[in-house]
Amino acid sequence: MRNLIQNPRAFGSFMVIAFFLLMAFAAPLLAPFDPFLGGSNSLQPPGSGFLLGSDHLGRDVLSQVIYGSRASLLVGLLAAFSASAIGLSVGSVSGYLGGWFDNIVMRVAEFFQTLPRFVLAAIIVAVFGGGLFKIIIVIALLGWMQTARVVRSQVLRLHDAAFVEAATQLGASQFRILRTHIVPNVMASVIVTASLDIAAAILLEGGLSFFGLGDANLISWGGMLNQAQPYIRQAWWMAFFPGMAITLVVLAFNLFGDGLNEVLSPRKHD
Amino acid sequence: MLTYILRRLLLAIPLMLAVVICNFLLITFAPGDPVTLLVGDYPAPEEYVRQVRAEYGLDQPIPVRLASYLGQLAVGNLGYSFANRVPVFQLITQRVGATLLLTLTALTLSSIVGVLLGVIAARQHNKPIDLVASAGALVGYAIPEFWLGQLFILLFAVGLGWLPSQGMRSSRSVATGWADLSDVAWHLVLPAFALSLRYLALITRITRVAMIEVLSSDYIRTARAKGARERSVLLMHALRNAAAPVVTVIGYNLGFVLAGSALVETVYSWPGIGRLLFESIGKRDYPVLTAILLMVSLTVVIANLITDLVQGWLDPRVRNA
Repeated sequence: MRNLIQNPRAFGSFMVIAFFLLMAFAAPLLAPFDPFLGGSNSLQPPGSGFLLGSDHLGRDVLSQVIYGSRASLLVGLLAAFSASAIGLSVGSVSGYLGGWFDNIVMRVAEFFQTLPRFVLAAIIVAVFGGGLFKIIIVIALLGWMQTARVVRSQVLRLHDAAFVEAATQLGASQFRILRTHIVPNVMASVIVTASLDIAAAILLEGGLSFFGLGDANLISWGGMLNQAQPYIRQAWWMAFFPGMAITLVVLAFNLFGDGLNEVLSPRKHD
Repeated sequence: MLTYILRRLLLAIPLMLAVVICNFLLITFAPGDPVTLLVGDYPAPEEYVRQVRAEYGLDQPIPVRLASYLGQLAVGNLGYSFANRVPVFQLITQRVGATLLLTLTALTLSSIVGVLLGVIAARQHNKPIDLVASAGALVGYAIPEFWLGQLFILLFAVGLGWLPSQGMRSSRSVATGWADLSDVAWHLVLPAFALSLRYLALITRITRVAMIEVLSSDYIRTARAKGARERSVLLMHALRNAAAPVVTVIGYNLGFVLAGSALVETVYSWPGIGRLLFESIGKRDYPVLTAILLMVSLTVVIANLITDLVQGWLDPRVRNA
């Protein structure tokens, strides 16, 4: 924990993440206007009564950016959490069992990783219908591979470790060995990968919302960018601020993952 | 090398079949009547709907349906798009050129510049240039390409008025030959750069790490000790050995560029597959969507195969493994 605070990358990015989390939780307190409420003051530039300007329906851009943090963070965190759970299970079982099963699982994971996730997700959501819950599931199902691969390689390394062998000799069941001896040891790398997964999930959600496939009941940054597109010549602020928000959050989670990696792995990383 | 090529080919074939079957399952298990996915949510003549039901054997058990589906694919029948009133196959062939132009330009641009930046950063390890390049790569990787596209429009098209922001050609252009080519190139600048950045950041990062590792190895010290020129050390000894991971990243991330292209094409009204995807989602034109899914996945399988072959050619350890 102390190492984490002393690592400037991890600490700085953590502060940015905390800022956006706070924004998501306290959105009703922070937003100066109702983000859904339009008015006659459409396309007002920043400053004139609206700190970050207003959109084509006269809604406050700042309030929408504040509320938009909810959709991005919710999707990012839940999708990455689910993807990590899948990746952890698949990776540990695959690595522990080995053999042809492991071979096939890793081939599949490798292939899925090279597929264009956005195109896949967009088509699946378009065919099966959207909504927050489905979007989270689709992103999770398309995002477990990296975790699985990382976990697998760690499990292979631990498989022959002395303490695992000792547990086997003592007659512990395979499941028990996995659960009590191996999984706790790979958690560090799972958390690092999860942080990068959150960033990827937020970008993916942004793209889906930009394609009009986001949850229609929620304000999302990607959706704001979609609405900004036809007004790009009249109202730069409609596109500028939500995109800035996505970039900052994604950068923060990527940096946080890098920082964690430096802190958690004993090897000095570049 | 020949056995290696054959082995890779043999691996790619079941993968392609798996892709086709997944696509079939998507059509079969989507909510609602599967015929909707084959015809689209666009009012189609009753006759045609009946014909599709018969062609794909929709009243038959699933294995028979799969066989009919494979049969239709084998003769190149991807269905008919009622929203556009053309066969899907024709629609896709009309659009694929624009996407290839955009993605290949972005790919070339980011590979060349990325490798260059990565080598320079590694050479100047921990000096200001390296720090700037590394920070730039981190930021670049976090910017959504479609937002970058919008920023470029704001800056270079709306603000400075230097470059066009919509389409692939000037409207009502009747230019041919060189004039047409330069018109397209002019329209290509902004979308190609917008699409390149995230990929460029990725390649810079990978090249830098690979080069730093290689540059600290013994044979580089030997090469320098024997008095080889710095440029020869960098290009002939170091980059050649750092190339394997870089080639993997370039090849394996083609899908990444294709996905980005869908978003960038939408921002710039670029008349490619990505824009078609966006339009077809809006029109619920399902046969086009499943065809795009199939085509994109198969492209990725082929790109992976080519990447593996290049890797085997670069590195004997890979092909003999």
